[in-house]
Amino acid sequence: MAQVLVVAEVADGVVRKTTFELLTIARRLGEPAVVVFTDPAGAAEAAALAPAFAEYGAGTVYLAQAEALLDHLVVGKAEALAAVVATAQGAGGVAAVLIGSTAEGKEIAARLAITLESGLITDAVDVQEGPGGVPVTTQSAFAGGFAVTARVTRGVPLITVKPSSATAEPAAGGSATVVPVTVTLSELARAVRIVERKDKEASGRPDLSEASIVVSGGRGTGGDFAPVEAFADAVGAAVGASRAAVDAGWYPHSHQVGQTGKQVSPQLYVACGISGAIQHRAGMQTSKTIVAINKDAEAPIFELADFGVVGDLFAVLPQATTEVKAHRG
Amino acid sequence: MKIVVCVKYVPDAQGDRRFAADHTVDREGVDGILSELDEYAVEQALQVAEAAGGESTVTVVTVGPQAAETAVKKSLQMGADAGVHVVDDALHGSDAFATSLVLATAIAGLEPDLVLTGMASTDAGMSVVPAMVAARLGLPQVTFAGSLTIDGATLTTTRDGDTSTEVITSTLPALVSVTDQINDPRYPSFKGIMAAKKKPVTTLTLADLGVDASQVGAGAAWTAVDAVVARPPRAAGQRVSDDGTGGSQLVAYLVAHKLV
Repeated sequence: MAQVLVVAEVADGVVRKTTFELLTIARRLGEPAVVVFTDPAGAAEAAALAPAFAEYGAGTVYLAQAEALLDHLVVGKAEALAAVVATAQGAGGVAAVLIGSTAEGKEIAARLAITLESGLITDAVDVQEGPGGVPVTTQSAFAGGFAVTARVTRGVPLITVKPSSATAEPAAGGSATVVPVTVTLSELARAVRIVERKDKEASGRPDLSEASIVVSGGRGTGGDFAPVEAFADAVGAAVGASRAAVDAGWYPHSHQVGQTGKQVSPQLYVACGISGAIQHRAGMQTSKTIVAINKDAEAPIFELADFGVVGDLFAVLPQATTEVKAHRG
Repeated sequence: MKIVVCVKYVPDAQGDRRFAADHTVDREGVDGILSELDEYAVEQALQVAEAAGGESTVTVVTVGPQAAETAVKKSLQMGADAGVHVVDDALHGSDAFATSLVLATAIAGLEPDLVLTGMASTDAGMSVVPAMVAARLGLPQVTFAGSLTIDGATLTTTRDGDTSTEVITSTLPALVSVTDQINDPRYPSFKGIMAAKKKPVTTLTLADLGVDASQVGAGAAWTAVDAVVARPPRAAGQRVSDDGTGGSQLVAYLVAHKLV
């Protein structure tokens, strides 16, 4: 049976939830296998993740390793992934390659597509097995206004998948074989170097892309995110911000929800003082439930809100925070 | 320094965006503009050229229908020196692979020191063309730059990530995509608008570039769209006006729906 390669996202030794979602999708299409990018120094640590991947159905874990792989941008990772694809093709074939729809994931996929002369579909929100075993994808276009179904017609199907496109479900027990694939980076890959990483202070809140609840603030906060953060903490949510709030310098860009920021799809999205411009809607419209608080009864955000409160967020949020805490005891 | 900026003509996101019968983005009969995210690339190119001085030139390149000259014109009004517009009926329905092939071929002929692009288009938004163009040209790629400085044959950028901000260096020539955080694009001045009328725009066909028509267009696409279905707009739900109990009502809704 052909393998479905899933590119793992691992941060500080922890496998991100999206990787398990991709493995769940991979099981529909073939035999799941995981690809972990690492340098020789981190190979043992990466190999130790194999049981976690096996729990979600991976039969093989490829350690795609190269000296200083993680100190360069995507070119080296695309080269390492191409080497894994070649290895897997020699061992039963590759039915598809699934990668998380992050900025880096899409670039790796783009370069791999050129190398393998294979079709690429980005930002899938669903992937199912179609006629003849070909993966059929669903994408959301024009800020959620259209659903597009498509498939790859040439080469190895390369598909980047958005977070929360599937519910991660463990598979029946098994174990994974670890297969190291070592490459030497090209001169081109080594031309771009990460020379410094300035770590950001951890907020202690869930990751924006993975959180099941997101509470976002916009222009209506006037720059004061305290009530937004307090409510987010009461419900265990990640904090997001509109482009207006980010452009005003009120909240870091890494928290921006929208077309030019993160695209989120949580169970619950709470928009506070956000008008609902198309740029913002593109980043949150696929949320399961949308709640909006805005002083302006005419704000377009109310057109998509399942529950809306026309009112001042500085009155509504603190009251809601108190009520939630009381409810949770 | 020779700088090339890739720009795209897109349907205005504020307008009514739709698909044509053949599943391509409808670019006829809708108001089109220079993709907003490309304005940041044009602005950055102008700033790099101004800082480098001397014989620096900024050339914008676009691939698109006749109307795409709007995107070139806007870039020239902002201050770019020249435009290249690849227009050919065979391009209709081209995917990212074909587009990147045509762009890369057009750019190679200009022998740039620096290629700049936006972070994504505002229509398809795949964000893959910069990586594909870089791959085809064999150029180092530095994407999602939040700042850009050039010192001799080395460029330095910063990239804002979730857990850290990275400082990245690359050799030149290189391809750099820029975010909407990098600058505030200038508005064309009256002088700029007048000057743009005299700036050269070269129109090229696929034959001029030596690209075979069989390599582009819907027929050459490596993916196929089976269906495009308009989603019913999300129906507005319940709405209350805050009478002093808005927060309580909100939490009651969340509890009733088992969301908290």
